[in-house]
Amino acid sequence: MTQATEAAILKRPPRSVRQLLFSMEIDMRLMGMVLILALIWLGFNVMSGGIFLSSRNLWNLSVQSAAVAVMATGMVLIIVSRNIDLSVGSILGLTGYTMAMVQAVWIPTTLHLGFDQPYTWLIALAVGIALGAAIGAFQGYIVAYVGVPSFVVTLGGLLVWRGLVFEIQQGQTISPMDKTFSIVGGGLPNGAIGEWPSWIVGILCCAGIVYALVSSRRRRREYGFPVRPMWAVAVLSVSACVAILAAVWVANNYFWPPLLAQQYADAHHITEPLGGLLIPAGIAFPVIILLGVTLVMGFVATRQRFGRYVFAIGGNPEAAILAGINTRRTILGTFVLMGVLCAISGAIQTARLDSGVTSLGTNDELLVIAAAVIGGTSLAGGIGTIPGAVLGAVIMQSLKSGMIILKVDSPIQDIVVGAVLVAAVALDTILQRRAK
Amino acid sequence: MSKATGKPPLVELRNMYVAFGGVHAVQNVTVDLYPGEVVGLVGGNGAGKSTLMRVLSGAHPADSGEILIDGRPVVITNPRAAKALGIETIYQTLALADNVDAAANMFLGRELMNRVGVLDDAAMEDETRKVMGRLNPNFKNFKTPCMSLSGGQRQSVAIARAIHFNARILIMDEPTAALGPAETTQVRGLIKQLKAEGIGIFLISHDIHDVFDLADRISVMLHGKLVGTVNKADVTTDEVLGMIIMGKLPSEVTQRELAQLHG
Repeated sequence: MTQATEAAILKRPPRSVRQLLFSMEIDMRLMGMVLILALIWLGFNVMSGGIFLSSRNLWNLSVQSAAVAVMATGMVLIIVSRNIDLSVGSILGLTGYTMAMVQAVWIPTTLHLGFDQPYTWLIALAVGIALGAAIGAFQGYIVAYVGVPSFVVTLGGLLVWRGLVFEIQQGQTISPMDKTFSIVGGGLPNGAIGEWPSWIVGILCCAGIVYALVSSRRRRREYGFPVRPMWAVAVLSVSACVAILAAVWVANNYFWPPLLAQQYADAHHITEPLGGLLIPAGIAFPVIILLGVTLVMGFVATRQRFGRYVFAIGGNPEAAILAGINTRRTILGTFVLMGVLCAISGAIQTARLDSGVTSLGTNDELLVIAAAVIGGTSLAGGIGTIPGAVLGAVIMQSLKSGMIILKVDSPIQDIVVGAVLVAAVALDTILQRRAK
Repeated sequence: MSKATGKPPLVELRNMYVAFGGVHAVQNVTVDLYPGEVVGLVGGNGAGKSTLMRVLSGAHPADSGEILIDGRPVVITNPRAAKALGIETIYQTLALADNVDAAANMFLGRELMNRVGVLDDAAMEDETRKVMGRLNPNFKNFKTPCMSLSGGQRQSVAIARAIHFNARILIMDEPTAALGPAETTQVRGLIKQLKAEGIGIFLISHDIHDVFDLADRISVMLHGKLVGTVNKADVTTDEVLGMIIMGKLPSEVTQRELAQLHG
């Protein structure tokens, strides 16, 4: 297409859906996933008689999706660079259990410093993240510098790290967790940020998106490149803001369970109104963490050299080397990031259970890889997006949550999730082939 | 040629050896290149031309031998070191990351960053548009991943990448192999233009006519060894074919043997 016609199409009001989407420069794959998610939600909502789209269920869905989604953002980079990490569930288990040991055994008992010190949560988190990074670096080193295929290295890791969990404390369950640390799990009353902070986060997100859209358009215009028409920027901005504010509204329409509200009322000497005290939960902490992780990972993947190199390696490893890229260091970096994200997810899940358990994260590698793949990451390497993987995680969790509400047996749930995974990739493959 | 001025050559590869396992891909080869000169590197498949050039571009280490730039010995251990010396390479495979766009490929490993350390995609696209405007004005697909581009367009991206960073030494490995007639003419024009700008070019080609059209000197390799280097003006295509196929210099070959080449 010549520049003249390109510009002409952008100026004319769009005539067809295809033209409309073209002028808005929308990621079609992501759009397709949003549509599929909407269908799943509406379907389950009808079948469950309105339970699925209740604030309560959506709030829980957001918390449950967060732990897998956090790891899926890292798995995207691993898979894009033509590797795989099968050990994420075990790394999560080991880092989660270690963080539990730090706050429930090592600091209070071994070091005689006592429980619930103001610094306990911070040290636990720091130790967990450092351990995750170290494990990632170790595995990444063997993959990138020794040259053992990542499938083998992380398959070994899957067994080794899980085995180590049992070696630390003879497989005992460790509890309870530090009071401050528990917040990251999203358990009420303290695990969510509350009504007004949620609105502020929502408005900040809206402002950020509008700013990003407008400033990138202005920058392209300064160079005289073809740009999105203003109406398209407006449509995108408005739809994004509506979606964000709707999510905040949902989070604020989930209220503390009556028992907690009653305790709160008693503690603060408030007389409960008829029908109980309604305290909005707001956005859960795991979701806030996921938001931060998605922003950072998206930034790293698309706005930093490191991310560009990861994609270049996935597209053509030979070309990356010939371009002077240090491919080994880059691969090592992807595994370190993955380890850190496993630790963050480990913190969320450990805090949620309020205890360190040996089985934490078992089979999570399958969920994480599935989320990335459903989210449009190609196992052949070179293709994938961070928001896609997050959406993939939400789609997986929605299927699970919907089937639990419909009281589908657990084996049938697995069958459905497995079939959906294959069907999603098959559909994507067929559509991609047709697009060429 | 600048040989007469007594200046050292731009590049000299002296007594290069490269072995893959037990196979001697390059044995005791010495070639040189002067500014504003095109040296054609010819030979059959497996003659060692590409391997020799991969040593110069930092893609493969030599087992022994010396590389001199402007008469001074240099060590080239990786592609980055070669680029720092002003050596750019257009590989036969093009070496493009097919999943990213033209600008990302052009600046791969040398990305432009803005003041706060973020990739400056707009600036990179701008530079790419400028280079492409000179090189291939029909090129408009700046946001398309390279896998969706035509062979000629992909070639333009690879060439743009090599000439954008003020190369002094250009290695072109079969630059016209994937191109149609019009695009081939364009590349030939480009080579002449770059030569006029004083850039030294090593041109690897199977096409003897390409080489005769563009090269000032021709170095012929056979089975990893240098048969010889001749001035284009002093030889016929048949004599060069004789070097490529029989490994004999024009002075050693008989008219009968040359006639047999066409038999």
